[in-house]
Amino acid sequence: MESLKKILAQHPFLKDLEQKYLQLMVGCASNVRFDAGTFIYREREDANHFYILRTGKVALEIHDGGRETITIETLGEGDVLGWAWLVPPYRWHADAHVLEMTRAIALDGKCLRDKCRDDHHLGYELMMRIVPLITHQLQSTQLQLMDVYGARK
Amino acid sequence: MSTVLENSERAVSESRANPFLPAPYRVLRNKRNTHDVFTLDVEPADGGNFPHFLPGQFNMLYIFGKGDAAISISGDPTKAQPLRHTIRRAGVVTQALEQIKPGGVLGIRGPFGVPWPVQEAEGQDVLLVAGGIGLAPLRPAMYTLLANRGKYRKIALFYGARTPEDLLYVSELEQWRSRLDLQVWVSVDAAKRNWMGDVGVVTKLIAKASFDPLNVVALICGPEIMMRFTIEELKKNEIKSDKIFLSMERNMKCAVGFCGHCQYGPHFICKNGPVFRYDQVQSLLGKREV
Repeated sequence: MESLKKILAQHPFLKDLEQKYLQLMVGCASNVRFDAGTFIYREREDANHFYILRTGKVALEIHDGGRETITIETLGEGDVLGWAWLVPPYRWHADAHVLEMTRAIALDGKCLRDKCRDDHHLGYELMMRIVPLITHQLQSTQLQLMDVYGARK
Repeated sequence: MSTVLENSERAVSESRANPFLPAPYRVLRNKRNTHDVFTLDVEPADGGNFPHFLPGQFNMLYIFGKGDAAISISGDPTKAQPLRHTIRRAGVVTQALEQIKPGGVLGIRGPFGVPWPVQEAEGQDVLLVAGGIGLAPLRPAMYTLLANRGKYRKIALFYGARTPEDLLYVSELEQWRSRLDLQVWVSVDAAKRNWMGDVGVVTKLIAKASFDPLNVVALICGPEIMMRFTIEELKKNEIKSDKIFLSMERNMKCAVGFCGHCQYGPHFICKNGPVFRYDQVQSLLGKREV
């Protein structure tokens, strides 16, 4: 537990979080490992966790019926995987496919959601940390959709 | 130590006496890189000397009867031959260049323009950030850095492309990646499942590299929007504006600052650029119309 607390306290995602909230996060955290080729979650499944990746590589994938699966982003060491646990309807927007064996700290999003409902300051703190992740993904998607490296029409 | 301007002027003065007169060059090889990018190797058709050029400079390439296009030199300035240009098919001239066979003749004026500040970067970390065809103008800088590896601290290349099929110089990237004295990060915007590399915007990779923000020079070449996002990321990492250099692109015609086609605010891209220090163009970058 002590090492989990140390890792969480040092991670940029939880930087400057009050000690009582950090302790609460530690209570919702566990070490997990995913083998290459497995899925951490699948699109449309309930989003009840999020992950701070310690090692490995995870691909966010989308698919459209019978067409080929497309990787939209890869995540690795230090990245935070998943924000849908805090945004209704709490369902994943993509598959999280493990490309390389991945070790992570899993945080119980369902438990944290309940605590945020009871303590709005905690909710604010977490929202201020999750919104930049969503913003990053939005901006990245904008750039990808703009096809900036393609030939000018 | 000579300045960037002196180096540039020396290179221009070493080019042909009349900067408006294209010299004939014979195509040695026309190699396909991707579905719309190819590399032309050429030599002087009259058997003359290969021109001296500096990393980041460009030539005007002519297909007689079709027109001309400004193309960055993508070869090794420490070897100078063959003269190499990597070109993306984008219009009439580049379509004609794509069709040219070995033995064919084209016209070349140059080299022109302000080069990358590779001498000024000595003793510092160097970050090269390339997007798409932007790797071509940065490749001569990489050759120069590697030929003088002991003069620089950390060197990192961040390269973003559209898809894995659009990556340039794949075997060279592998060679660079295998070096212990070089960090190479490659990312694509989208990929099929068989791609095991990184996917996402190239700017995200910058946070993964280690460098000294107080002792670093960043060289950026790619679409303007990609360069703007890259600069934002570099600034988050506390790199100062006067340590960031970028290569700008506009429609160049005369290449010596006479015609005004490539005017960019108070600058002519062909003469005052294409490489600019960020603080020279900071107020212009991102404007809808300049």
